[in-house]
Amino acid sequence: MFEALSDRLSGVFDKLTKQGALTEADVQAALREVRTALLEADVALPVARDFIGRVKSQAVGAAVLKSVTPGQMVIKIVHDELKTTLAGEGDADEGPKLKIDSPPAPVMMVGLQGSGKTTTTAKLAKRLKERDGKKILMASLDTNRPAAMEQLQILGAQVGVDTLPIVPGQTPVQIAKRAKQQASLGGYDVYMLDTAGRLHVNEELMAEVEAVRDEAKPHETLLVVDSLTGQDAVNVAKEFNERVGVSGVVLTRMDGDGRGGAALSMRAVTGKPIKFVGVGEKIDQLEEFHAERVAGRILGMGDIVTLVEKAAETMEREAAERQAKRMMKGRFDMNDLRQQLEQMMKLGGMSGVMGMLPGMGKLTKQLEGANMDDKVLKRQVAIIQSMTKDERRKPELLQASRKKRIAAGSGVEVPEVNKLIKMHRQMQDMMKKMGKMGKKGLMRGGLAQMLGGKGGLGPSGPMPGQAPGQMPGQAPVAPPGGFPGLPGAAPGLPPNLPGGLSGLGKKK
Amino acid sequence: MSFFSRLKERLLKSSSKIDEGVDALMESGDEGPVDAIAETPGTAASTETARSAESAEPQPGLASRMLGAVTGRSPAVEKQRVLDDEMLEELEELLISTDLGVDTATRIAANIAEGRFGRRVGGSEIKRVLADEVARVLEPVAKPLPLYAKKPQVVLVVGVNGSGKTTTIGKIASQLKGAGKSVMIAAGDTFRAAAVEQLSVWGERAGVPVFKLPQGSDPASLAFDALAKAQEDGADVLLIDTAGRLQNRQDLMEELAKIVRVIRKRDETAPHNTLLVLDATTGQNAISQVEVFRKIADVTGLVMTKLDGTARGGVLVALADKVGLPIHAIGVGEGIEDLQPFDPAEFAKALTGSTD
Ligand SMILES: Nc1nc2c(ncn2[C@@H]2O[C@H](COP(=O)(O)OP(=O)(O)OP(=O)(O)O)[C@@H](O)[C@H]2O)c(=O)[nH]1
Ligand SMILES: Nc1nc2c(ncn2[C@@H]2O[C@H](COP(=O)(O)OP(=O)(O)OP(=O)(O)O)[C@@H](O)[C@H]2O)c(=O)[nH]1
Ligand SMILES: [Mg+2]
Ligand SMILES: [Mg+2]
Repeated sequence: MFEALSDRLSGVFDKLTKQGALTEADVQAALREVRTALLEADVALPVARDFIGRVKSQAVGAAVLKSVTPGQMVIKIVHDELKTTLAGEGDADEGPKLKIDSPPAPVMMVGLQGSGKTTTTAKLAKRLKERDGKKILMASLDTNRPAAMEQLQILGAQVGVDTLPIVPGQTPVQIAKRAKQQASLGGYDVYMLDTAGRLHVNEELMAEVEAVRDEAKPHETLLVVDSLTGQDAVNVAKEFNERVGVSGVVLTRMDGDGRGGAALSMRAVTGKPIKFVGVGEKIDQLEEFHAERVAGRILGMGDIVTLVEKAAETMEREAAERQAKRMMKGRFDMNDLRQQLEQMMKLGGMSGVMGMLPGMGKLTKQLEGANMDDKVLKRQVAIIQSMTKDERRKPELLQASRKKRIAAGSGVEVPEVNKLIKMHRQMQDMMKKMGKMGKKGLMRGGLAQMLGGKGGLGPSGPMPGQAPGQMPGQAPVAPPGGFPGLPGAAPGLPPNLPGGLSGLGKKK
Repeated sequence: MSFFSRLKERLLKSSSKIDEGVDALMESGDEGPVDAIAETPGTAASTETARSAESAEPQPGLASRMLGAVTGRSPAVEKQRVLDDEMLEELEELLISTDLGVDTATRIAANIAEGRFGRRVGGSEIKRVLADEVARVLEPVAKPLPLYAKKPQVVLVVGVNGSGKTTTIGKIASQLKGAGKSVMIAAGDTFRAAAVEQLSVWGERAGVPVFKLPQGSDPASLAFDALAKAQEDGADVLLIDTAGRLQNRQDLMEELAKIVRVIRKRDETAPHNTLLVLDATTGQNAISQVEVFRKIADVTGLVMTKLDGTARGGVLVALADKVGLPIHAIGVGEGIEDLQPFDPAEFAKALTGSTD
């Protein structure tokens, strides 16, 4: 439905000067398109304007890297700025922090009607209970919506979290008081106050939530916002932040196909971190917020471009070329695997890489479910590092006693070593198949061509629904090693990754 | 408070933003204040004066409503500006800030510029023309929910999560009941916690029976059974609530398609209306919502809720323009009476901050 930013920009890019530093005219032309893309992604107008202004001052005069086009350079600056602006705590190693250390810590949820407060309250309670071992009490202060209290009560029962008994006729402030008492008496670590939905312009209801805040003095006040929100996001963010005081934001319905521009609006207006995202109606569908992914989503192309961009930065082309040639011959030893793993880490982990490929969202979730995170990757690399030179080159040497030694050396259990070996074998098999296919010329315009690309700038793989070569501005940087079936050059990744990685996760 | 005054209050409240916008836009022009009477002969000074009455706070009462204009500036010094590329772009932006979308905003701004480009224009003229243009696009789609002789008339209500389906059903049931119809509601959201309880309360408020099955029941068979019961009872209208679903969830959209199929087994002409409930705060995703729900469930009309906030619901203009589905009603609050017919002129005025 949306014209991908890359399409919009391709025309502009053609006109951009080809070398040296970015001129004001280059930047101006490219940023007009970026601005439209942001607006189409529902970034609020004042926020988009401001953002473009900031990017412009950074971009004008910026040196264009040798290996990229000026257009790609602008995109990179846009993307980086977007990421920095969005950056939340989900990107930190420990995930988002909530100030809930001194029990009983009150957490208040606020937002517009139907934004997902009650559901998110239960999701967060479940997370705090299961991940952090906290004892949680939930209370519904929604005296407004029919059956709102019952809704929270049912959800509480579903996730095994206590809810404050319902006492009809009490005001929200009275309920908040009762929740505090009950939380202290009952030895709860956290008590969560789910408030009624309210419009930021409804004086009576805004005064009500202020009164609740003054009573409960929440340690965290989370503004729950629908990620499908349009231009009104600025008003909502501004009013709730000014009147109630917000400590963080939760974006719901990120499982939708909205572009999520509200994330930028929220972040820009409140200045508060986006802590979590809701990705479904089910109670376990709460995730940490990752700026990287959302930046790509807002740009609507980020996916491919970032991949290309980052690859350009992180990859040594020659090394990759060499590796790719080896792989085509079906040679894929532990050194190669290690390189792959390290590249994945640089690209932001498995989910980072996969999340950038259109249509891979679901798979990413599966991978996450299988704990395909950086920690796993790091351990895998450590395992390979504990192998001898010979073992790395000839993995078939790896017998029981050697495995034990390697496990001890890298601080893991033997089964994990086995998994790695299994994964290596699967990948090697695939490389072999690929090599054969390549020879038969099955991948015209795909892998073979890319690998054969001389002079470093091979044609990119076809975009979905687009003929190759339609995007002059995007002519990658393409380091060799993309794979067929996936758009753009996915550098250094083995083909059919999903199937091939079954040995990598914790499960199985 | 009466519906009318609530609506007025809303209109006044929400008409300030873009209005400021248009005025600010005039400010940003390099033309100094000029004598409006001298410069724009077409402007009637008397109506302008009446219109300029400042009304920052919503006030009930006919007089202030009539004077409920918000230009806030004496017409004698109304700013004027040459309508050039820059101003055109700023106009587009104003429209975009109501969620109209870039495409439609560009088109509407271009229509306005036609015949005015390069000419000096005043803020009030621009506001009026904007409102007219928006109303013109909306006029053809403003149609009330049609009522048929067919008994029971089956109305299926669909939409994404939290858009206001259940509440809207309560409001419609109450209006139909008030109009002397015998109404039944089917609690077809068998998924969300307390959805049935919520709808039951609405049933009580509206004074109509609610057909329910336990949580977790198959929504398609529930709809089938409810229709059988409505036929048996001789109800005039059966309103079927459904669980919220995002349009990109194929499994849930298939579930919806099945609900429709199963209803048709009982009455092949049903559902007679399929209402898609849109939340006014939603941005451009509403377009995809309409497209997909329409494809899957033959949506026959739209209701937009939560227009009592600051969201302008400009996406309806884009939808009228691109899709052309009827818009039946708007939700302007959480109360049972807070459902208004969709009035394109009023909507356009609220959207553009125009006042006449
Ligand atoms: N798809 C999806 N649906 C969600 C998500 N979060 C909440 N919902 C759904 O959105 C709807 C509204 O959620 P609630 O939790 O009741 O919203 P609320 O903000 O408490 O609503 P009020 O109390 O009426 O203001 C329900 O149908 C939820 O199942 C999400 O992340 N994804
Ligand atoms: N301000 C305002 N709130 C509304 C309006 N319509 C509905 N709401 C509120 O929006 C919230 C969600 O409404 P519901 O009717 O439960 O929405 P739904 O579409 O049935 O939600 P799910 O069944 O969870 O998908 C509730 O808090 C309603 O009171 C409206 O026109 N204005
Ligand atoms: Mg709630
Ligand atoms: Mg509902």
